This record gives sequence, C-alpha cells and structure tokens, in this order.
Amino acid sequence: MSVPKPVIEVVGLGKRFRIREGSENYLTLRDQIAGFASGALTSRRNERDFWALRDVSFTVSEGEAVGIIGRNGSGKSTLLKILSQITPPTEGHIRMRGRVASLLEVGTGFHPELSGRENIFLNGSILGMKRREIQSKFDEIVSFSELGAFLDTPVKRYSSGMYVKLAFSVAAHLDPEILIVDEVLAVGDRAFQKRCLGKMGEVTRGGRTVIFVSHDIEAVMAFCTAGVHLRNGRTVALGKIDECIHSYIAPLEERANCDDIQRHRSGLGIEARIMHCRATKNASIGFTSEEPVRLQVGCRVTSALPPLRIAITIHNQRGRPLATAFTQTCEMYPGDQLITLCVELPPGQLGPGTYFVSLQLGTGNQYGDRYEYDIVSEATAITIRPDSIDKPNRLNWFNSGWGDLMTLRAELTSDPSSVIPSQSN
Amino acid sequence: MNHHIEFEIKPPPRIARLNVDELWRYRDLFLTMAWRDFSVRYKQTALGVLWAVFQPLITMLIFTFIFNRVAKVESGDGTPYPIFVYFGLIVWQYFAGTLSKASESMVVNQAMIQKVYFPRVILPAASAITSFADMCFSGVILMGMLIYYHQAIVLTRLLVLPILLITLMLCSMGIGLFLSALNVKYRDVRHALPFLIQTAMYCTPVVYPAQVFNGYPIAKELMLWLNPVSGIITNLRTALLSQAGTNWASVGICLLASIIYFEIGLNYFKSTEKFFSDVI
Repeated sequence: MSVPKPVIEVVGLGKRFRIREGSENYLTLRDQIAGFASGALTSRRNERDFWALRDVSFTVSEGEAVGIIGRNGSGKSTLLKILSQITPPTEGHIRMRGRVASLLEVGTGFHPELSGRENIFLNGSILGMKRREIQSKFDEIVSFSELGAFLDTPVKRYSSGMYVKLAFSVAAHLDPEILIVDEVLAVGDRAFQKRCLGKMGEVTRGGRTVIFVSHDIEAVMAFCTAGVHLRNGRTVALGKIDECIHSYIAPLEERANCDDIQRHRSGLGIEARIMHCRATKNASIGFTSEEPVRLQVGCRVTSALPPLRIAITIHNQRGRPLATAFTQTCEMYPGDQLITLCVELPPGQLGPGTYFVSLQLGTGNQYGDRYEYDIVSEATAITIRPDSIDKPNRLNWFNSGWGDLMTLRAELTSDPSSVIPSQSN
Repeated sequence: MNHHIEFEIKPPPRIARLNVDELWRYRDLFLTMAWRDFSVRYKQTALGVLWAVFQPLITMLIFTFIFNRVAKVESGDGTPYPIFVYFGLIVWQYFAGTLSKASESMVVNQAMIQKVYFPRVILPAASAITSFADMCFSGVILMGMLIYYHQAIVLTRLLVLPILLITLMLCSMGIGLFLSALNVKYRDVRHALPFLIQTAMYCTPVVYPAQVFNGYPIAKELMLWLNPVSGIITNLRTALLSQAGTNWASVGICLLASIIYFEIGLNYFKSTEKFFSDVI
C-alpha cells in the first residue's frame, strides 16, 4: 500500500493585484480610447503591484479540518478564492483530489422572486449538486430548515432569519469530499447555528476534508485540527491548530509592556503608573472556562496616595467594551519600586473568545467618586477556550447568573513579597 | 474515497479554450439557470408568457401602419407586409434580446461570480435561452398569420430552416459573448448597446426587403459579409414566404461569417473570464 496522497497540495502560491492609483472605480471605453490617444505608453505609469498572497505552501490530508486564520487583509479571502477557483493565482499551483464544494456565502444565487422550493434547486445546483441529488435530499433539506409551510412563498417575503435558514439548510446538505467554508456561520439564530456546526462536525468526522477561514478564534478552535496563520499574505505558522492560534494571539497577549502605551490624556500615569500587564496561564493558549483568569499587573507609585483599586474593562475583538469590574482597594506604598498585583476574574464569567483588556488604576467604583491615576487601553488580550464543539459559544452557568453577560467581578491581591525593588528591575 | 477527480489550479494561459468536458459536467446548472431566467421573467405579471407574443405583435401593427401604409414600403415579392415585417421582427428580437441579455448577464449575476466557481459561459448562454423561447412563442402567431393570409408552404424548402436557425444562434451568441466580456471591463457597453441595436436594426432588412440595396452593390456586399442577420432574415423569408429557391451561396456565407463571429466572441470571453471576479 502506498502512502495516501494529500488531498490538497498548495505549492508556492502567489496572487498579484495591480492597484491603479486614481479615483475611477470602473474602466470605461471612453477613458481607454482617450488613453490611447494621449499615448499608450503612459497608461501603466500610475499602476503598482500588490501581492495579496506570496509563497504560500501547505498540504492537507484527508479528513483534516484546517483553519486559515489571520487579521483582516492578511490574504485569507484571496487564498479562499483561489482554492475555490473564483480567481486564478499569479504563481504557484494547487493540486486537489476530490469533489470540492465551496461555501463563501450562504444563499448564493437566491432569487427573491422565486419560491423557497425553487430556490433550493437553484442554490443547490449553483453549489454544485446534481438535480437528482437535490431531489433525493429535498425532504431532508426542508425538514432541516423548518420552513415546510412556506415552501411556495417567494423568498422576497421571507424574514431575513428564514432566508438564512433556508440557505443554510441547502449548504448543510452538500456532500463533497473537500468543503471550503468562509465565516458564513456568523449568521442565523444561536440554536440554528449550533445545529449547523453540529452538521459540519459530522462532515469532518465522516472523513471529509474541511478548510475553514475565519478571524473568529473561537469557531476555529471549536472544530479545526490543523491551521495556517497568514500575515500580510505570507504564512507565519503552519501545522497544529494550537500552534497557529498561539502565533496569532501571542503578539496580542504578549503586549506586556504598558509603560510605552500612549495614554489618551495628559496627567495620567504620573503619580501612579501601570508598568506591565500579563496573563498568567498554564496552557500555551488561553484559559479554560473552568479556571480563573489571572492577570499580573505591575504598578509604580511615586507619591503618597489613598488605597487604590484596579478597574478592569473587557472589550470584544472590535474594541467594544463589554463589562467593567472594580476590585477592592489595596494599600500602595510609594517609592521607587514595582508593585506586582494579581487581578483575578473568577471562572465562568466570560464566554469563549478573545478579548482585549483595559486597566484603570485609581479610586472609587461604579457608584461614583471615581478618580483615575492611570488608564491603559487594550493593555493585553486574553483568550477563553471553548470546551467542545458542541458548545462553541456558550457560558457555562454553574453559578447563579442567567442572561447574556454575567456581572463581572474581579479580585485584587497584593503579596508584600512580590514587591520588587526598582533597582533589581 | 474516490479520487478520480483530480485537478490542478494554476496561473491561467493567455489564450484559453472552451473546456467541453467541464461544460458537460455543469449541464444541470445550465438548465437550472435557463429555467430561472425564464421563470423569473414572467413572475408576478398579469399576462405572463403572453408578453413574449405581445411585443412583436404590437410592433408589427405599428410598423405596418407607418412603413407600409404611410411610407409605402412594400415586401417586394408580393408577400403581405404584416407577415413580412412580423417574421423579420421576431428574428431580430431574438438577436437583439440575446445580445442585451447576454451582455448584462455577467453584471446581473455579479454576486454569484464572486462567490462560486462554474464555467462562466453558462450565464450568457442560459440567458439566451429566454430569447429563444420568446421567439418560439411568437412563432405560434406567425403560423396563425400564414394560415390567415393563405400562404403556401413548400415543405422541401423548409429543410434550410434548421441551418438558418443554427447560424442565427451562432451569430447572436458570438456577439453576445463578446459584449458580455466587454461589459465586465467597460461599463459603457450597456449605455451604448441599446443605441447600437436600434441602429443595426435599420441597417438590416427587417422593415424593408433586401432588394432595396440592389442599386448599391458595395452596401449589398458589406451587408452580406458583415451582417449575417441580414442574410439570415432574407433567406428565412425566402424559405417560408416566397416562391423563389434557396440561395445556397448566401446561406453558406452567413454560416461562415457566423462561425467566425462565434469563434472570436468565445475566444475573447474565455481569455478574459479568469479576471471577471477581480474586475467586476
């Protein structure tokens, strides 16, 4: 028996775009003719090359679920489009073995005038299903979508939720050997989303290969076994998903030095200053939902101040603040020394995902009398790992709270032995 | 797991050819798209498919009044003018419809082009089916008119009909493919097209017989070689309406010119299609 060949081989892939400096969005024949008239030689002058992807190579074996991660503009979408044959590469090549279906959008080609029934056939064949195949799966698709009663209604009269459900139901019944998925899963209601993730999980367990592109770490962690981390069109990390996620998150998490972060108004960080902030965790990636989130915060206090507390604000990946917790106060002895404090968020308060953390050092609490000596925005990032595929984005409510977000609590401890004289620092 | 499907994605060659095997694999999509274009067209309309018949019918009535009654244009061989102009019109509307629908097909289905792979030729080709269906519906009225005017039909002469229809399709599809690829890159195509189609109609023997060019040999030659639709309409009329025999030389030239148009259109389309999703 020979060694099974990889299902996907990507070798030295690159994609170049010509960026035209100038304002016009579309070429017009008129401009082109005018361009010829004024000398065709000048037409290339205001163009420059942009490599959206360069030297990307990796292989995917049968049954693997590969997550392609990276920030916006890292080349994820371009890679996805090349893999889906929507746009050709400029250099390199890809060898694929098996029937491919790509899902860059749900409901591609849906026509608003057509009924749900008609759109199932339309969308199915656009996604590459044969007519007979759709016919045989039709009942299954309809029952999965829970839209049996509205099958003959034009899709334009559907609510957006119904629309997405129908679109998903078709997509979930694709039966390819290689499935390429964009972050289309971010729509639809929670319960439905979970069923789709479950269905996709079945797909990978069934020995099929999945390529999943996302900048949503929690989703990638939930069902990928291997990963590719792209930055500025190049591969930064490759292989085990944990390593890729680590390489993606590490620069965010290891932003330990808070001294250099620009304060957003003058007067901050003079009498008391946050010097560094670091998540203290056991595993290489993030915290589990059962362990407390521990942050080590180093402060320097130069004048005699009342006891200080730390307020910790959790932001989502887009920077929107989600919640703030105030710790109890702690006596700070001024001096030329680094005081290390431990801020602890008890477990079970944050759902899986990556969050940014902002710190405020001052007095007062949510009820008033607040005075901040120092504020550091996005001091560090923390990641909470999902427990399993089946609950990718749920909080585990083992304590009394119920709702979208728990009341955030944080505790502050200061160990006198952790006070490090500044000289040794 | 079956691994018979194995393929490579690599930088495209400069000149691409039509991949017939692949097109065959996507035949279901072609049929579905054609069916979609057709059924969407008459959804939520009171008259439905009757619209396909109404348009040439009303145009025929107006043209008969203006060109025949007022301007005294005749069919030239004794055929009643209404049937003469109606026949010309349905052929012309197929041609014009294919051109405009094909040229729009890429931009209309922009979202699909950017999200899914399939042979892009399917879009203009499927949109042309709608025009073909329209022509067939209008053909029913033509049959009625033939009976009404007691036109004798010589069955043996109808043998040329399929050849002429294929010629017409090749010619329309070729120009349609060319325009659809051009429209992706240059959006002024869609502004220019209605005007061009209008102009071209008056350069084609639709409302007048081809004999009007008898005194202008150069114009006649140009028309024969450059405008296959002109020869197609003339030969179709001869086959169906007149007593004269088929002019095989003219049919041959039309077919040749149409094949050339089709080749040019298809090659231009295939060679530019790879960048559609980047440009559109």
